[in-house]
Amino acid sequence: MLPVLHIGPLALPTTGLVLIIGLWLALSIPERQAAKRGLAPDQMYRLTFTGLLAGIVGARLLYVFRFPGVFLADPLAILSLNAGLLDVWGGVVAGGLAAGFYGWRKGLALWPTLDALTPPFAIVAVAIGVAHFTSGDAFGAPSSAPWAIELWGARRHPSQVYEIIAAGAILLAIWPWSKSKAMNMPGVSFLTFTALTAGARLFLETFRGDSVLLPMGLRSAQVTAWLVLGLSLWLLGKRAKEQVSK
Amino acid sequence: MKRFLFQHWMLFSMAALITGAGWIVASRAAPGSMATSAPAPRQGFLAPEISLSNAGGELVTLSELQGNVVLVNFWASWCPPCIAEMPDLQQVYADYASQGFVILGINATDQDSAETALDFIEDHELTFPILFDVDGSVFSRYEVPALPTTYFIDRQGEIQEVVVGGPISEAMLRTRIEALLREKR
Repeated sequence: MLPVLHIGPLALPTTGLVLIIGLWLALSIPERQAAKRGLAPDQMYRLTFTGLLAGIVGARLLYVFRFPGVFLADPLAILSLNAGLLDVWGGVVAGGLAAGFYGWRKGLALWPTLDALTPPFAIVAVAIGVAHFTSGDAFGAPSSAPWAIELWGARRHPSQVYEIIAAGAILLAIWPWSKSKAMNMPGVSFLTFTALTAGARLFLETFRGDSVLLPMGLRSAQVTAWLVLGLSLWLLGKRAKEQVSK
Repeated sequence: MKRFLFQHWMLFSMAALITGAGWIVASRAAPGSMATSAPAPRQGFLAPEISLSNAGGELVTLSELQGNVVLVNFWASWCPPCIAEMPDLQQVYADYASQGFVILGINATDQDSAETALDFIEDHELTFPILFDVDGSVFSRYEVPALPTTYFIDRQGEIQEVVVGGPISEAMLRTRIEALLREKR
């Protein structure tokens, strides 16, 4: 684990750096993918930009609403560059809604748009795994396996390594330059990605040491992943049938 | 293979979901097994013990502060971001101490000088407890990656957040402290 990178007098947070690099790589792809999917590259650029901007603004505003007293006393803090003052899930929802609204207004076809965004999602998933590895987050359950690693006072499953391997394998499976005919059917690339990601999470969550538990010891992430897997498989079947009937 | 998969998609989907459901049930966690009762210097674990002396030679122990929200801040007088965040730390300590909030400022004395640190405390009129980690044992127990590093600890003694680097803004300090103070005892 390497949470901080020391370069001379500078101490750079590795996790943040990894995520920024992942995001930068991911954002360079949708425009190239757009042309392949029959979409206008400039519209795809605006869609990702709108989603990103709305995500950041939404994340900050939702955080401000959670602590109105603090920000009323210091209104300039609303403009702070501090990433710690963001509601991450609020940002994801706000960004998704804004991008969805933009796509709807511009008449962008849903499935090709989601397909064009799939490689960026897959790259970000790998970056999140690497970020977990550098920070020691998403740590594994105690284990006596020969490949267990010493972390946070115990020998544990290297759950972050499992996560990187799974995300890397999924990225290769939906690789944007895949020549597979099936992968180029609208929606298949995106739904394959969601099904594989959900399946991987369902399996790998077992080895985590920080799962949120539901009654009867069920792991919340596994139940959510199972539902997403079911929905993705159903939609995949439906898409395939529609394509065949065309 | 692809053709077979397509023709039997419903069957394949059902098999995948039944296997998934079975895996979820088989990999259930034992109640309390996620509780990280062993101390470790990261979010979700009990905060490792701190027992250090203040400037007056009085011993201060972290475990005796259980029931309070505690902010542990590692600092040194030569570290610019540490210096920059001290006034905000002092301000939030003054504002929230009456609600059960404590700051332990741990001076990395083995990388600093006790004399300079004492001058610093006096110059900045710091009223929260400053403890001196003379041999660096607490610094290494907390695996402090850089100065300053701040640990937010809840009333149960569990670390809720670790912030590496600084200076932490006053707004961030206040939101984190208020969130922890809101939690039930």
